Amino acid sequence: MPPGIDTGDTAWMLTATALVLLMTVGLGLFYAGLVRAKNTLNTFMMSIGALGVVTVSWALIGYSLAFGDGSGFIGNFDHVFLKDVGFAPYGETTIPQVVFFCFQASFCIITAALVSGAVVERMRFLPYLGFIALWSIFVYPVMAHWVFGGGFLADGGTLDFAGGVPVEMGSGFSALAAAIVVGRRLDYGRQALLPHNTVFVLLGAGLLWFGWFGFNGGSGIGTGQNSVLAFINTLLCPACTLVTWFVLDLIRGRQVTAVGAATAIIVGCVGITPAGGYVSPGWAMALGVIAALPSYSVIVWRPRTRVDETLDVLAAHGIAGFTGILFIGFFAQADWNGISDGLVYGESALLGDQALAALVAPLYAFAATFILLRLMAFGFRLRVTEREEAIGLDVMQHGEEAYVTGEGAILVEPDGERDRGMFVTNPV
Amino acid sequence: VKLVIGIVRPEKANDVLEALYKCEVSGLSISRVQGHGGELDRVQTYRGTTVKMELSDKVRFDIAVSDDFVDPTINALCEGARTGDVGDGKIFVLPLERAVRIRTGETDQAAVTPVGS
Repeated sequence: MPPGIDTGDTAWMLTATALVLLMTVGLGLFYAGLVRAKNTLNTFMMSIGALGVVTVSWALIGYSLAFGDGSGFIGNFDHVFLKDVGFAPYGETTIPQVVFFCFQASFCIITAALVSGAVVERMRFLPYLGFIALWSIFVYPVMAHWVFGGGFLADGGTLDFAGGVPVEMGSGFSALAAAIVVGRRLDYGRQALLPHNTVFVLLGAGLLWFGWFGFNGGSGIGTGQNSVLAFINTLLCPACTLVTWFVLDLIRGRQVTAVGAATAIIVGCVGITPAGGYVSPGWAMALGVIAALPSYSVIVWRPRTRVDETLDVLAAHGIAGFTGILFIGFFAQADWNGISDGLVYGESALLGDQALAALVAPLYAFAATFILLRLMAFGFRLRVTEREEAIGLDVMQHGEEAYVTGEGAILVEPDGERDRGMFVTNPV
Repeated sequence: VKLVIGIVRPEKANDVLEALYKCEVSGLSISRVQGHGGELDRVQTYRGTTVKMELSDKVRFDIAVSDDFVDPTINALCEGARTGDVGDGKIFVLPLERAVRIRTGETDQAAVTPVGS
């Protein structure tokens, strides 16, 4: 190994990367459970699709745009086609750049997959793949560069530990734009559109939380104090959000709901994402409580609007990320993070830096995604037809069904012949 | 008293319910059934296996109504379930020998008249 590599850091980052990759599958499960049965596979495939398409575009150009030196706004082309991504450490880190590349790739993948929550149950699959390929070139790397790649926010002093700017506000406000451009589902506001499998939703949320220990715990790019601080905070903060959500559910509906619990886990994980390595465990618990309130309000309010931001990516990610970013400005503690104090500990400058990030991130994410999808709409039909939407995207877009019984299925290939009347009961 | 059986597309079931409620037919049962009419088969592929789905999912409405309500019920089923494509379904009307409301023991017309109407 070249000089400057720490084996312990590298071992943890290899693990953390794999944990974050699992999050995308967990997200697919989470989203699949929230939609109607006829759209289960399509919804899941939107996350799986990101694992393929976004990884390729990240290797080709996205990584370079995020982590090449470039300007304050965007990176450059130094690392296109993986050029100079080798065993030597990236920047100040103590891990090989190949590992750093993979870790950051896993962030871009899940962020693109998150946006799919806004357009499920009506967007055509191929335009969707095209969209996330372009989105992971023009939107995510820019915002990642601002905070992770030496861009103007990082230079200005904004603290964002694990991606409140590119991942959470990036996905949340992009989702809002995508929902507006693609338009609402035909049945939205006319019929009750219920989650078809809440067990998937809970399991998906659990997998996401599990993976989030790699997401936040790995964002120190090593095993330093910030990393272990982020680790404990990733346990404490979502737990507090969960309990708070129980209380909010009880006040509002007199019952604690499972979908609410799953949502709370996500909101808590998102809230601590930017703040994980910067606030004390005590304040992380407070953040868990505070983050629940704005996100819960948006989730209650959004379905009353005409905007079918279907799976509430804005509320769970955009709003909770916004809360987390601002929270750092008040409660960051140099004793814990070794970098900067927040307003409560006597340093007022940080809050301004955080507010700047909380302003520009939503603006860029919304505007860039809105323009990108509007341009795509000139060349491609983004939505399925009304009939396809009614029948379901699993059958119409993939030619498969999630819950197929096989009754009445006649083998065509291989070796099947209609004339012989061969019936297969369970095609594998 | 007649039994009206309607077999419709699952994606139109909500529209049918809406149309039925509009003409004040509120007593009904539905079940998920599979069947085959004249529609084209759907082809699906699972790994190397390509199959033709001969049976389509349908929703079946069983509605017992007094004679005056037969036509409104049929109209509601047609209006709610029609897309114009093959596979919209069928309606069957059968004479009903007897109907009993379990709670009260009422029979026939009284048994199929919704409470409170």
